[in-house]
Amino acid sequence: MSTFTLEIVTPDRKFFEDEVEMIIVRGTEGDLGIYKNHSPLVTSLAIGRIKIKQNGKFVEAAIAGGYIEVDREKSTIVTDSAEWPEEIDVERAKEAKKRAEERLKHKSKSEVDLIRAEVALRKAVNRLDVVDRYRK
Amino acid sequence: MPQAMRDIKRRIRSVSSTKQITKAMELVSSAKLRKAREKLERTRPYFNTVVRSIQQILSSTEGIRHPLLEKREIKKTAYIVVTGDRGLAGGYNSNVIKLVENEVDGNKENTVIIAVGLKARDYFARRGYEIGGEFLHISESPEYSDAAKIGKLVVELYKEKKVDEVKLLYTHFKSAISFNPEVLRLLPAEEIKNNNDVKRNTLIEYEPSPEEVLGYLIPKYVQSAIYGGLIEASASEQGARRNAMQSATDNAEEMIEGLKLKYNRARQASITQELSEIVAGADALK
Repeated sequence: MSTFTLEIVTPDRKFFEDEVEMIIVRGTEGDLGIYKNHSPLVTSLAIGRIKIKQNGKFVEAAIAGGYIEVDREKSTIVTDSAEWPEEIDVERAKEAKKRAEERLKHKSKSEVDLIRAEVALRKAVNRLDVVDRYRK
Repeated sequence: MPQAMRDIKRRIRSVSSTKQITKAMELVSSAKLRKAREKLERTRPYFNTVVRSIQQILSSTEGIRHPLLEKREIKKTAYIVVTGDRGLAGGYNSNVIKLVENEVDGNKENTVIIAVGLKARDYFARRGYEIGGEFLHISESPEYSDAAKIGKLVVELYKEKKVDEVKLLYTHFKSAISFNPEVLRLLPAEEIKNNNDVKRNTLIEYEPSPEEVLGYLIPKYVQSAIYGGLIEASASEQGARRNAMQSATDNAEEMIEGLKLKYNRARQASITQELSEIVAGADALK
């Protein structure tokens, strides 16, 4: 099967760079599947998981937003943070989830705070989700 | 003579205790330099990727309008000045500040300073510049969230038309012994795409819309550039401090050597004098 280069970078490391067959990412407008020779596209990504297909097998990782630049031979994902399921600190994610939920309950806060809490909640849920699917 | 000898001895003691301090500081900053360089190595790929990809995207945005891309008449300029929190780093802080002064060129009223590091804040606040924001105690180990805060602040200032241009001034880390203060224009983002030599003719699709994607990308570019600048600067600061301390230690050593020579001369002179006094005294008794 024909492959293309996928590069994923975060501020503190190069998360991934290799030849892949296909990827599925969660864009802000819904899931996108990308094969080689996809027409050039730029879109922002939602907090969610990315599925990478290599040698016929899928691996997953958690991604916290960012954007993807797709070209025929190469795709680049720039994100604030990316983690493999085995790297995710489950306890920390659970705590973050609890904290965010509590913050959402107190409605007196300003809108910015609510949005922030919501983003934190989504990140935590996403991490836990990726870990869950990995363990199954 | 004994008086002179005591003086010299005291000076030797004081110079060697200074040397101990500079030596310790040198060791500390070389350890920190190593860490900062590792961080720099890890960050550069991200920075390069973001800049390349955004340049590429912007080079094919003919006809797309976005407030952050538009040039307007430059009345007021914001300078993000990256210095350290502490001195004793040779010319590190003053070189950046000098560059700012050059850029400002006396046009104080139309300048907003965003200070990173105590040194920049103190210098510009004392001289009555308008301080648009200050970010202290982050220069040593900057985090991405710091850069994001600074980025948001300048994008906000630009959008509200409080400033018409944003420049980043930081020290570029070339190698462990050479650093250059540099200027990078962040906004308007027009310039990023002009730098690109590879013009692409392919049409890029944007989802959900070009405006929305650019609205996300340009602040991202600004933040990443600031982050890159902060990391470069932190490595440069440690490097500059290490070099300064190394030469201070060398100078102290040289001084101690010279003083020791003087001390020994004085000691010999006093012995010789004593001897000749004794001999003279013995002669007189004859």
